[in-house]
Amino acid sequence: MMSNPILKVENLHVNFNTYAGTVQAIRDVSFDLNKGETLAIVGESGSGKSVTTKTLMGLNAKNAVIPENSRLIFKDRNLLDLKEEEWQSVRGNEIAMIFQDPMTSLDPTMKIGMQIAEPLIKHRHIKKEAALTRALELMKGVGIPNAEEHINDYPHQWSGGMRQRAVVAIALAADPEILIADEPTTALDVTIQAQILTLMKKLQQETESSIIFITHDLGVVAGMADRVAVMYAGKIVEYGTVDEIFFNPQHPYTWGLLNSMPTTDTQVGTLEAIPGTPPDLLEPPKGDAFAARNVYALGIDSKQEPPFFKVSETHFAATWLLDERAPKVIPPVQIQKRWAHWLEMQGQEAY
Amino acid sequence: MTESIPKKLIELKDLQLYFNQGKANEVRAIDHVSFDIYEGEIFGLVGESGSGKTTIGRSILKLYEPTAGDILFEGKDISYLKGKQLSDFRKKAQMIFQDPQASLNGRMKVRDIIAEGIDVNKLATSKSDRDQKVQKLLDLVGLNKDHATRYPHEFSGGQRQRIGIARALAVDPKFIIADEPISALDVSIQAQVVNLMKELQKRHSLTYLFIAHDLSMVKYISDRIGVMHWGKLLEIGSADAVYNHPLHPYTKSLLSAIPVPDPEVEKARQHIDYDTHIETDGKERTMIEVNEGHFVLATAEEAAEYKAQQI
Repeated sequence: MMSNPILKVENLHVNFNTYAGTVQAIRDVSFDLNKGETLAIVGESGSGKSVTTKTLMGLNAKNAVIPENSRLIFKDRNLLDLKEEEWQSVRGNEIAMIFQDPMTSLDPTMKIGMQIAEPLIKHRHIKKEAALTRALELMKGVGIPNAEEHINDYPHQWSGGMRQRAVVAIALAADPEILIADEPTTALDVTIQAQILTLMKKLQQETESSIIFITHDLGVVAGMADRVAVMYAGKIVEYGTVDEIFFNPQHPYTWGLLNSMPTTDTQVGTLEAIPGTPPDLLEPPKGDAFAARNVYALGIDSKQEPPFFKVSETHFAATWLLDERAPKVIPPVQIQKRWAHWLEMQGQEAY
Repeated sequence: MTESIPKKLIELKDLQLYFNQGKANEVRAIDHVSFDIYEGEIFGLVGESGSGKTTIGRSILKLYEPTAGDILFEGKDISYLKGKQLSDFRKKAQMIFQDPQASLNGRMKVRDIIAEGIDVNKLATSKSDRDQKVQKLLDLVGLNKDHATRYPHEFSGGQRQRIGIARALAVDPKFIIADEPISALDVSIQAQVVNLMKELQKRHSLTYLFIAHDLSMVKYISDRIGVMHWGKLLEIGSADAVYNHPLHPYTKSLLSAIPVPDPEVEKARQHIDYDTHIETDGKERTMIEVNEGHFVLATAEEAAEYKAQQI
């Protein structure tokens, strides 16, 4: 894959000062986003995936502290150095966001057509009439039927799926280079989810924008992502291409995530849960944060944090299991099946 | 179901529930629905928002008054239950809710939340008996005894759902309605809760009505599945039959929309669109048994067609 990063995240740390102490929400996260690709960030609540995206939008709460050496490089500048006025020209313009809940992310007192036209008037300084004409085109583009009749509707008049289409239209209005989608379909029914995802894919191909897709649904990831980063307790623990993560996963947490979802051939009684709950980031554990829930944990996991081990040019995982001194472990059956399929895929490519 | 004739625990007979009946904004939340739930089985009810699946669950618990039709519990019509019989019924049928945050009283200690049913039904002989019962329940759902004196906000989502399950089990029910019990939880925790529910079902020979929109989880946990849309039950059959050999076009469309954690399957995905016309053309449709135990709402011609198309 040609690497042509449009965004570089380097050594990102985000801490929150709370009455109970400092929550270390993001603990050294680095990744690149290439032009035109979809990068999925997967993890459970509290893993730091949403804080990562809020940081990218400059939307963190006031008690967030980001150390000096954290860098978000976008178009030769560090976004973390921007002042609020400068952020306003980036947000919704060069970097746009689709939120989870279409009811709370739309303004209930403003007509939908106007909400879509707003970024054009603000960022592109287009006159209201022209902006509304463009809004109508966008509404048609995201598949709203009889758009002309509905341009003056209010959000409450629309169903959840239609509202989320409006949210997508708003995000796309200013033709952003990066689109951040934070659980964009989690609140929707599966049939509507499928429609919105198809729509996002189609629009991405047309506009060549890059997407950061935040979700906990690995099924959605498999369909949307080019590359995947798995987050746990404020860190990325494994990243690679979508095939590498789904068919050649190396980190026991990734195994656990894949294992806890039923697939078409999951037999009764074989669904394996990850035991326990994620650690408290007020006092992150020493060593590997996943060790306490990891049945494959080694002695060293509780003492020293694992570095990233290289699996391929595009695939890295932070687990001591990949150290050459580590004992060979046998992963769960479902993962063994995935590995076997990976070998088949490799064989076919070599052939 | 290889044993003798399975006993019916719940029978829904031509159930109808209309909101705003007779007015312009009449909603047919449940529109002529009939099905049975057998003792000891897990019955999965799936459908999108507004399909009426939650309304059915609530009607069974007598939280709504049906417009017409009957609901039978152990052969008795629940709408006529009174006094002792009614309180017995309320003990036997319990509910686990979707949002464990909203369904637990934030000002009550976990011990008192779990023991509320015990108190109401006077099931404990003394304070120490009550504590012991709570202790046993906490144990059962994988929480420990010092959790009893804490408040709900001190727990994670998965743990809260365990508290909700313990509360439902406190009165030793026969039948539990679980309305989207895992959809507010993280993937890794969903599996924990589903496995716990399955284990409890076996150990206490419980019967579940498992309501959800996530068909893959429903298929995994259920013995039989019913598919609902717009207040109507469209298809009913064994989990394997409905999931792997669907009959109704809506079920096919629903199945084709479930994301699968496999990039190759996802690349090959063909989403099947559903034409709602077959629900609105006004033709008379009945539940027709196409294969043994596998019913579909259709006209005779449609049923023959569905059978011919079945994979």
